[in-house]
Amino acid sequence: MANGTAHDTMAEPSFYEPKGFMSWLLTTDHKRIGIMYLVTISFFFLVGGVFALLMRYELLTPEADFLSPHTYNVFFTMHGSLMVFFFIVPGVAASLGNFLIPLMIGARDVAFPKLNLGSYWVYLAGTAILFGALLQPADTGWTYYTPYSVQSQTDVVLITLGVFVLGFSSILTGMNFIVTIHKLRCPGMTWSRLPLFIWASYATAILQLLATPVVGITLLLLIAERTLGIGFFDPAKGGDPILFQNFFWFYSHPAVYIMVIPAFGIISEIIPVFAKKPIFGYKAIAYSSFAIAIISFFVWLHHMFVSGISETAAAIFSFLTMLVAIPTAIKVFNWTATMYRGSISLESPMLYALSFLFLFTIGGLTGVYLGALAVDVHLHDTYFVVAHMHYVMIGGTVFGFFGAIHFWYSKWFGRMFNELVAKIAWFFFFVGFNVTFFPQFFMGVQGMPRRYATYPAEFQTYHEISTYGSWILAVGVVIMFVNLIAGLFSKEKAPVNQYGSLSLEFTVPSPPPHENFKDIPTVTDWTYGYGKK
Amino acid sequence: MEQAAHHAEHELDPALEYSSSKLGMWLFLGTEILLFGGLFAAYAIFRAKFPEMFSEQHKELDIFKGGLNTVVLIFSSLTMAIAVWAAQKGDKKKVVIFMVITIICGLIFGVVKYFEYSAKLDHHIYPSTSIFFGLYYLMTGLHMIHVFVGLCILGVIAYLAHIGKFTKDYYTPVEVGGLYWHLVDLIWIYLFPLLYLVG
Ligand SMILES: [Cu+2]
Repeated sequence: MANGTAHDTMAEPSFYEPKGFMSWLLTTDHKRIGIMYLVTISFFFLVGGVFALLMRYELLTPEADFLSPHTYNVFFTMHGSLMVFFFIVPGVAASLGNFLIPLMIGARDVAFPKLNLGSYWVYLAGTAILFGALLQPADTGWTYYTPYSVQSQTDVVLITLGVFVLGFSSILTGMNFIVTIHKLRCPGMTWSRLPLFIWASYATAILQLLATPVVGITLLLLIAERTLGIGFFDPAKGGDPILFQNFFWFYSHPAVYIMVIPAFGIISEIIPVFAKKPIFGYKAIAYSSFAIAIISFFVWLHHMFVSGISETAAAIFSFLTMLVAIPTAIKVFNWTATMYRGSISLESPMLYALSFLFLFTIGGLTGVYLGALAVDVHLHDTYFVVAHMHYVMIGGTVFGFFGAIHFWYSKWFGRMFNELVAKIAWFFFFVGFNVTFFPQFFMGVQGMPRRYATYPAEFQTYHEISTYGSWILAVGVVIMFVNLIAGLFSKEKAPVNQYGSLSLEFTVPSPPPHENFKDIPTVTDWTYGYGKK
Repeated sequence: MEQAAHHAEHELDPALEYSSSKLGMWLFLGTEILLFGGLFAAYAIFRAKFPEMFSEQHKELDIFKGGLNTVVLIFSSLTMAIAVWAAQKGDKKKVVIFMVITIICGLIFGVVKYFEYSAKLDHHIYPSTSIFFGLYYLMTGLHMIHVFVGLCILGVIAYLAHIGKFTKDYYTPVEVGGLYWHLVDLIWIYLFPLLYLVG
C-alpha cells in the first residue's frame, strides 16, 4: 500500500535523536510527548490503583477496622479523581494519540508541536495543583456533588482547580489533533482510507472540545460558590443543587466516550491484523463513533433518575440512553464479523482485544439495564453501578489501552517485551478483573450501596471474593509493568513490522527517526487489505 | 493534500500554517463560547426563576460606565481589524500603531471596570449579595480575565511586529490574535445588554 521509503532498521542508533534530559522536557516531538504522557498517566494509574487496593482491603470485613470512614471517603474520592481526570481522560487519548496520529497519517508531527508541548506542561501544572490538594484531600467523591462539596471541611477548591487546569490541556490537545487530521494527511490519505484509530481520535477530539468547557465552567461555579459565597447551588439562597448535577453530567457523560472511543479505535486496528482479514464494515465503524458522540450529549439525565426530575424528562432520557446501544452494538458486530473465518493468532495484543470485546459487551449491556428507568430506580447507587462502570472503563478502555501498548510497543521503543510473560500478565489481569467486579453485580442487585466503608454481614462473602480478585488483578498489573520495563533493556532490536500490519506507522523503522518519514509517503489504498495475496 | 512540511525544521509552509492556525483558533473560540455558554445558561435559568430580582437589582449597575466600555471595546475591534488589514498589506508601521491603540482601549476598559467594581464594593454589593450580583461578578470577572489574557497576547504580537517578524506573506499571529480579541469583544456585546439593560 504505502510506498514510503524503506529504512534500514539499524540506521537509527539514537532514541528520536536529540540527547539529554532537557531535550526531553523541551521536546516538540510528538513521539516523545506521547512517552511523557504515558509515563505520567502510568504513575497516576498506579497511585489510583493503590487507593483501590486499600479500599478493597478495608472491605474484607463488615466493620471499618482498617480505614476510618472519613479516610475511606477520601480514598474513593482520590481513586475516582485520579483514575478519571488524571489517567483515562487526558492520558489514553493523549499518549497514544500523540504517538500514533502523525505516524498513521504520514506527517512529521502534529499541526502545532509547540502547543502540544504546552498542553503537556498544562497537564503537569494540573497535577502539581493536585499534589497541593492532597494535603487536605477532599471527601466528596469524584463527582463533587453539591451541596456537600460546598459544605465539606476538606479542600474541594484545589482539586477542582486541578481538574479545571487539566481541562485546558484536554481542549488544546483535542484542537491540535483535529487540525492535524484535517491539514497534515499525506498525499493519497483520503478520508475513506483513514485508519479507524484516526476516525476514533477525531470523534474523541470533538467531544473534548464540546464537553470540556462545560465541566470547566461547572467547576469554576463550584469554586466561586465556596470562595465567594454565591448561592447558585444553595437552596437557602435561591439556588438549586440539581443545577450542578445537570452541568456536571452534561460533560461527564460525553466524557465516558472521551475515555472509551480511543479504545474502539485501538480494537479496530488490532483485530484485522491478528485475524488477517480486512476490517468488516469500515464505514459503519467510522461513522458510529460520531453517532455515539452526538447521542452522548442528550443522555446526561440518566444519572439523575432519582434526583427529583420530572417523569416525562426521565422517560425521554431513558429512551435516548437506549439509543447509544445501537451504534455501540454496530461496532461490536463488525469486529466480530471481521474475525469470522479469519486465521486468528492469539498474541498478547489480540488477547487484550478479545477480552475487550467480551468485557465491554458486559459493561455495555449492564448499561442498558441501568438506562431502563424502572430498573435504575432499584439499582441506583448500588454496587451494580460500580461493576458496570468498571466493566466499561477497565474492561473497555484499560484492556484496549494495554492491548495498544503491547501492539505498538515495538514501534514506540524499538525493543520487544517477553511474549510469554505478557500472556501470563494478561491472564492474571483478566481473571483478577472478573473475580473483583463480577460479584459486585450480585451485591448491587441485592441492595449493597456504594461508597460505604461498612456493610451488613450478609454481603461479606461477595466482598471477600472481590477483594481477593483485586489482589490477582494487582499481580497481573505488576507483572505487566515489570515485563514492559524489562523489555526496554532487552538487547534484541524489534523488527520494522512485528505483527504484519499494513498501517503506515509500520513502514518506518523501530523506533522511528526524529522526522518520522524520510520522504512524505504517498498512499494508494486503505490500510486493511489483509489476506489478499 | 499539500506537501506537509519542510524536511529540516518540521516547520509547516506559511500557507498551510496560516490555514491550520485559523482553523485551530476558530475551534478554540468555539470552546470559549461554550465556557461562557454555561454562564449564559445559568443566567437564563435564574432569570426565569427570579424575574423581579433581576429587574430590581440591575438598576444598581452603572449603565454609563458599562456603555462607555462597550463603545471602547467596539472601537478596539475596529482598530484591531485595521491592524490585520495593514498586516496583509505588509505595512509594519501601521500594524504596530493600530495594535497599540487596541491595547490602550483594552487598558481603558480595565480601568473603567476597576472603578465600577470598587463603587459596587463601596455600596456593600458583593458576589454573595444575591444570585444576580453573583452572576454579574462572575460573568464580567471571567470576561475581564479574557481581556487581560487578550492584552498579553496582543502585547507580544505587537512587539513581534515591531521587531519586524511579519511580512506580507506571513502575518498569521496578527490575524489569529485579532480573532481572539474580536471574541472578547463579542462576549461583552452580549454581557452588556443582558446585565445592564434587560436585567
Ligand atoms: Cu452517563
